[in-house]
Amino acid sequence: MHIRRKASSGTMQSSDLMVTVEPSDLLQIEIESTVKKQFEHLIRAQITATLEHLGVTTGRIQISDRGALDYAIAARIETAIRRASEE
Amino acid sequence: MKLRRSLLYVPGNMPGMLQNIPVFEADGVMIDLEDAVPLQEKDAARLLSRNFLRFYQNRNKEMFVRINPLDTPYAAADLREILPALPDGIRLPKADNPEIVERLDTLLTEQEEKLNLEIGHFKIIPSIESAQGVLNCVETAKASNRIVALAFGAEDYTASMEIDRTKTGEELFSARTRVVWAAKAAGVQVIDTIFSDVNDMDALRAETTLVKRLGFTGKSLVNPRQIEVVHDVFRPTPEEIENAVEVMEAIKRAREMGTGVISLRGKMVDAPVVTRAARTLRAAVAFGMIEYTLSDEVIHGEK
Repeated sequence: MHIRRKASSGTMQSSDLMVTVEPSDLLQIEIESTVKKQFEHLIRAQITATLEHLGVTTGRIQISDRGALDYAIAARIETAIRRASEE
Repeated sequence: MKLRRSLLYVPGNMPGMLQNIPVFEADGVMIDLEDAVPLQEKDAARLLSRNFLRFYQNRNKEMFVRINPLDTPYAAADLREILPALPDGIRLPKADNPEIVERLDTLLTEQEEKLNLEIGHFKIIPSIESAQGVLNCVETAKASNRIVALAFGAEDYTASMEIDRTKTGEELFSARTRVVWAAKAAGVQVIDTIFSDVNDMDALRAETTLVKRLGFTGKSLVNPRQIEVVHDVFRPTPEEIENAVEVMEAIKRAREMGTGVISLRGKMVDAPVVTRAARTLRAAVAFGMIEYTLSDEVIHGEK
């Protein structure tokens, strides 16, 4: 999938996250999280795996995490990417 | 038969609620993609619920998903995303006639073929929630072998009737009775509507007691705090169990004497009384309240 426009998904509720994606020539991942110190590497790994799975290679991905589990991170990213790639 | 006393709705777009599902003590959960999800979040809820179902592998309860009504543009995508994550079944809103259930049955069969699942894997709980639905529910209950229970939905039903819903529920009496008839005649379970005031446990208890008397086997819930009250009402009381055991002993004596009817403390015990006692004992065994082995010979007599 290809990011054609800016799009968001998710909420700022506990156990959720907000994802904003927009077009970019590079792949940039920016993470802000309530549990950044302990879990940034795991969050980044989950984001990278989801992007790979969706075939996304470029774009600016901003995450504002409120302690979401992997399944929620993957779902919110997929939603944002699908919204951003709609024709 | 599986216990379905409590079927708890959990909004499909709230991770904080979804991931608590494993600890809720409801018999089943219905992840809601319909009324709890605003239109612009349908896509998000679908993917979140799908991922949650995949993540929740070691399930300790039945998982249903309430999809959007089949006549909306969301239902097809709901099924396409959700079914591969293997819920136990679908709660079908606005099951106003048997044809709607038949349509879902066909869609489920197509997915089962695609996913290499046994045909009939996905169950259906149709929601009877309009005047039309109530009128047609006798046929709707028999529309598919996948149906495990009929559900009554009073919020939409009262809306379709242009009446208010009250806490005592007199306005629901006829509809509830008809839904129970339809379910019993079709040999499936029957789940009552939600009770929306989560702070009024007394009224919840009163309503649950009423619907149990009418024949309902369970209730839909909106809050995990309601589970305990509902389980408590559906659990047979110690007196009911004691009486049922006595009925069984009495009928055993009757059979030994070569008759099918006997008096127990001045009350007649015959076949229908024994059938009801057997149901109470089965429930008590299912709830882990007693150990008891029921024999068909005692219940029905030797052939």
